[in-house]
Amino acid sequence: MIRLEAVYILAGLFFCTVAVLEGLDRGNTQRLRKILFWGVYGITFLFGAVLPAFVTGCLVILMVLATGLRDLKRSEVASVAEPRRRESAKRFGNRLLIPALLIPLVTFVGTLTLDRIRIHGIALVAHSEVTLVSLGLSVIVALLAAAGLFHQRTHDALHEGRRLMTSVGTVAVLPQLLAALGALFAAAGVGGVVSGIVNEVIPVNFTFGVVAVYAIGMALFTIIMGNAFAAFPVMTAGIGLPLLVHLHGGDPAVVAAIGMLSGYCGTLMTPMAANFNIVPAALLELPDRNGVIKVQIPTGILLLIVNIFLMYLLAFRF
Amino acid sequence: MLTLIGVVIVVIGFALRVNPLLVVTVAGIATGLAGGLDPVSIISEFGRAFTENRYVGLVWLTLPVIGLLERAGLKERAQQLIGGIRSATTGRVLLLYLAVRQLTASIGLTALGGQAQMVRPLVAPMAEASAETRHGDLPDATRYLIRAHAAGVDNIGVFFGEDIFLAMGSVLLIKGVLEQNGIVLQPLSIALWAIPTALAVFVIHGLRLLLLDRRLRQQFGGDRT
Repeated sequence: MIRLEAVYILAGLFFCTVAVLEGLDRGNTQRLRKILFWGVYGITFLFGAVLPAFVTGCLVILMVLATGLRDLKRSEVASVAEPRRRESAKRFGNRLLIPALLIPLVTFVGTLTLDRIRIHGIALVAHSEVTLVSLGLSVIVALLAAAGLFHQRTHDALHEGRRLMTSVGTVAVLPQLLAALGALFAAAGVGGVVSGIVNEVIPVNFTFGVVAVYAIGMALFTIIMGNAFAAFPVMTAGIGLPLLVHLHGGDPAVVAAIGMLSGYCGTLMTPMAANFNIVPAALLELPDRNGVIKVQIPTGILLLIVNIFLMYLLAFRF
Repeated sequence: MLTLIGVVIVVIGFALRVNPLLVVTVAGIATGLAGGLDPVSIISEFGRAFTENRYVGLVWLTLPVIGLLERAGLKERAQQLIGGIRSATTGRVLLLYLAVRQLTASIGLTALGGQAQMVRPLVAPMAEASAETRHGDLPDATRYLIRAHAAGVDNIGVFFGEDIFLAMGSVLLIKGVLEQNGIVLQPLSIALWAIPTALAVFVIHGLRLLLLDRRLRQQFGGDRT
């Protein structure tokens, strides 16, 4: 049986390889700090399951300290020059798309099948882990296909992997750190304080006003926490159900569904949702870390307004 | 109110563009201390949450493949492909991707997409290339704007598509929270009420994408085709 831990180990090996390549590159700046950062990140993946939480916590803080006050400088990693890439694109044609499309395809097929395959009565992959294990397998399949089709070497794959990984840079670990921040927010009771503030400004008897406060509250709470799932239970138990459903008689399915989607409007507008907003900016090599958020904000605000009207009309008029 | 200190630190730190990893770590420690946690449990909480969320980091496993394909000319191929389609514009390419992403997510296929797997190697180069074929060389600021839109479309498509799918985490979370509060609903009725918003966002964002086309036309002159 294939366990998710195996995929984490694979990722850990990749991060450690990035550390080694960063170290071997003589023209690189801040080599020690970069080795420390990627190496420790790799260790948290390799041994995450066995290390005590306190030890991993210390490693995480060590990793953050390695990035310093101003973040690590970008490593300059050369790749094939553009004229040669264009020529290669003409030569290989649409075959180049095959490995790229294999990643989503194998992930999808794997997700549907791998947890149903049983060997001696034990599922090949546990149902809860099937998507991520399939993602891991899809990468291996795509890598083999790419190497075979285009006559590339393992060394090239690792070199290119390092090029992209270091161009994303240290924000790669930001989503995991924000998850830790979210957990500490929850432990310290930040949710209760925020919903307390929202409750103080609420016009209890004015249905449209309560709808607006609930929807905007969901968005604001999500902007602070970075995650609509953290906002939803607090806001719904605090405002959505007692006021909108019980006091004003709204349809709970409408209130809850559109409430959650109002939270998603917040997700579009916050750097706290780093894996959706900050990481892609790094991945696309945008100079402005908030570039993606800026193009999403108009849609987020307009949709939030539409959601307020939709909730008001659908929950109370039908 | 002192528990909100972490939020304040994040807002100020992000605004001043201090290293975000440092900002988040300091905010976490400050929040923990303000909430009365001892240092050892704060650090343990960092370790626990970091390990528990390792799955977010698995997307980086795709980078060696994507890098290898870029080396072999994947981006250039995507550009050549789109350059051959006369009717392709940046806005239309992104609109098509938005529709596909929303529809596939609404039947649970959220894996068919993603920033590292689809946007960087295919969607963003195609969107950029359609503008280039029409308007010639683009200034960097415009390239960055188009790329940011490519990332935005992937997010918006998946967020407002997946909630229509019954077995999705968000639908199950809604069902669970309502049940805890004594309201039992079928996932179908929750998923159904996600449809109006899904349609609304498609109209709103679709219009914005077409406006992006208009803006590119106004800024860089008429079609070269």
